[in-house]
Amino acid sequence: MVHFVYDGSFEGLLTAVFDVYEGKAERAQLFSIKTYQPDVFAERRDVFTDSVKANRVWKGLFRKSSPQGLLNVYSVYLSERTDRETLLLAFFRRVFAESVSIEDDFSSPLIVQISQISRQIHREKHRFEAFVRFIHLKGNIYFASIEPDFNILPLIGPHFAERYADQRWIIYDTRRQYGLYYDLQQVQEVYFEAVPDSLVLDLPSDQVEEDEALMQQLWQVYFQSVNIVERKNMKLHRKHLPIRYWKYLTEKKI
Amino acid sequence: MNQLLVLIQKHKFPIGMSEKIMKKLQILADSAKYDVSCSSSGSKRKNTQRGLGNTNGMGICHSFTEDGRCVSLLKILLTNHCIYDCAYCVSRRSNDVQRVAFTVEEVVSMTMHFYRRNYIEGLFLSSGIFKNSDYTMERLVRIAKTLRTEHKFNGYIHLKTIPGASNELVREAGLYADRLSVNVELPTEQSLVKLAPEKNTADIVKPMSFIRHTIEENRQEIQLYKHAPAFVPAGQSTQMIIGASPESDWQIMQQADSLYKKFHLKRVYYSAYVPVQQDQRLPDLHSLPPVQRENRLYQTDWLLRFYGFSVNEIFNPSAPNLETDVDPKLTWALRNLHLFPVDINRADYEMILRIPGLGVKSAKKIVAGRKFHHLTLDHLRQFGVALNRARYFLICIGWNGYRRDWNAAEIKRQIIAGNTQSTQLSLF
Ligand code: SF4
Repeated sequence: MVHFVYDGSFEGLLTAVFDVYEGKAERAQLFSIKTYQPDVFAERRDVFTDSVKANRVWKGLFRKSSPQGLLNVYSVYLSERTDRETLLLAFFRRVFAESVSIEDDFSSPLIVQISQISRQIHREKHRFEAFVRFIHLKGNIYFASIEPDFNILPLIGPHFAERYADQRWIIYDTRRQYGLYYDLQQVQEVYFEAVPDSLVLDLPSDQVEEDEALMQQLWQVYFQSVNIVERKNMKLHRKHLPIRYWKYLTEKKI
Repeated sequence: MNQLLVLIQKHKFPIGMSEKIMKKLQILADSAKYDVSCSSSGSKRKNTQRGLGNTNGMGICHSFTEDGRCVSLLKILLTNHCIYDCAYCVSRRSNDVQRVAFTVEEVVSMTMHFYRRNYIEGLFLSSGIFKNSDYTMERLVRIAKTLRTEHKFNGYIHLKTIPGASNELVREAGLYADRLSVNVELPTEQSLVKLAPEKNTADIVKPMSFIRHTIEENRQEIQLYKHAPAFVPAGQSTQMIIGASPESDWQIMQQADSLYKKFHLKRVYYSAYVPVQQDQRLPDLHSLPPVQRENRLYQTDWLLRFYGFSVNEIFNPSAPNLETDVDPKLTWALRNLHLFPVDINRADYEMILRIPGLGVKSAKKIVAGRKFHHLTLDHLRQFGVALNRARYFLICIGWNGYRRDWNAAEIKRQIIAGNTQSTQLSLF
């Protein structure tokens, strides 16, 4: 058994797939360095992330995939599942082994599982396009913190950049401790040095714009007023709006 | 940096106004909430000139109320003053409630502020009739126009057309709004006469057909001149109140079907009547809104629009109302057992779509997946098919469908018995 250990990046993962093929390693397994546990019975080979190699693998996939197929692969990567490397390697092996596109082969458990993971990620992406709540900070930046189950920031960035093209914003993932910052030109990744949770959730009032408190109140008033008491259905409410998101939602903070 | 700051326009409410505006919002959101059309879908509006916002085909639900409904738009009335006296409406003239009105600027400002914070997809504005129809409509139009032209707002705007407003104003409204709606309110003319005596069918039908024709003209215009401004790109919709008047489900769906056909509506919304006031013409003040019935009507609506069913397949003189204990597709299948069981590895897509417990997505997966492999119940389970219903109506390798000695009543009994643990209201 040969263990290919890459740096945890998506490019690294694609490079690893390239190396597996180049090394003609039949009994290969992929591991991210971030979770790798050395094994004395296996040979370890370190993968050096190489964008030329990564690109060749991506292009190879591109030729045999629909945009959805490409998105599925990226989604499995973003899922942070412990078996994501195993799933993806098996998937690439099938893609490159067959002459026809296998994307729609829903009789294969592997394809079904990958499309399920992708759907899950997509649902999470869709949720956070909805559940981000910006707070208007002094200095005219709109700031939001989120805590998604999967690493969906890279997927939601383009949506917010298009929608809020004329305002500067930051969306910060408190679990993975990095954020996206849009400066009216482009979106970039940002890191903060040790942000305490309390600050992320409860910004001190001297840091927020004057209009912020009133707008939050108005939004809460609105949320209360549109509820139809006669139709109350908390089970349905929690199904659509799982409790774990509440602490980040302005309307649920009261 | 400072230059960048100037780019973002600020909207400020004068100090001291906040109490007042909160009160207004409370009243005018409360009176608008019974209007069900929350959806902001069907429109694509790109963010132009680096303005604010876009509208992308699929509407986003930004939140959910405690009754489980989607909150997607800032849905308010401009005012709850009204010169009419419709029996089912909180804002009716004779009702003793506090009357307030937003200014144009207040609505514009609140929309911008909420949108920038990602609370909403846009604005859904309706109104009681203040002075007269055109006076009110003119204000609605002014709000939409200010948002689009002064604030470069590209989010979603849905305006309600005020009954009796002039064609000129409706046309102008449609140039700024993504969607216009004219509510038919009640399923038949008799009920309208009885419950909304000051409204007449012509006031409702005329603007609907005007909007339909203007949309058609506009589509042709756009083909000729690419940059011709779009008129209501998300089309028109309407709403019917369910349970305030005595019509059967059959009558309601016939009316809906004919509205779809006559006016090319994007959606018909069904709204379970919530009693707002004691009135001998209406259900008792303490009766519950017919939520289950509303849900079955929506299911029927979907069967008509996406599953290839016609109204008269679902209803007949001995069944003018939908059953409440099972969904309409299942009812239909039980009445037509001679068409089942369906072989999922061979049948046409259209017939697969008619299997109870199975939706459009699963039907597509079946047709795609069976090219590679004979499908079994395990595959269907993975596709998310509700096998507790579907398995009685299909066959595949290793599965023979329902026992042939069972009649419809027995199959129904089995399904309901198996259903008792799961009480979720899913669509098919
Ligand atoms: S016209 Fe509209 S707002 Fe006025 S009473 Fe009738 S339904 Fe209510």
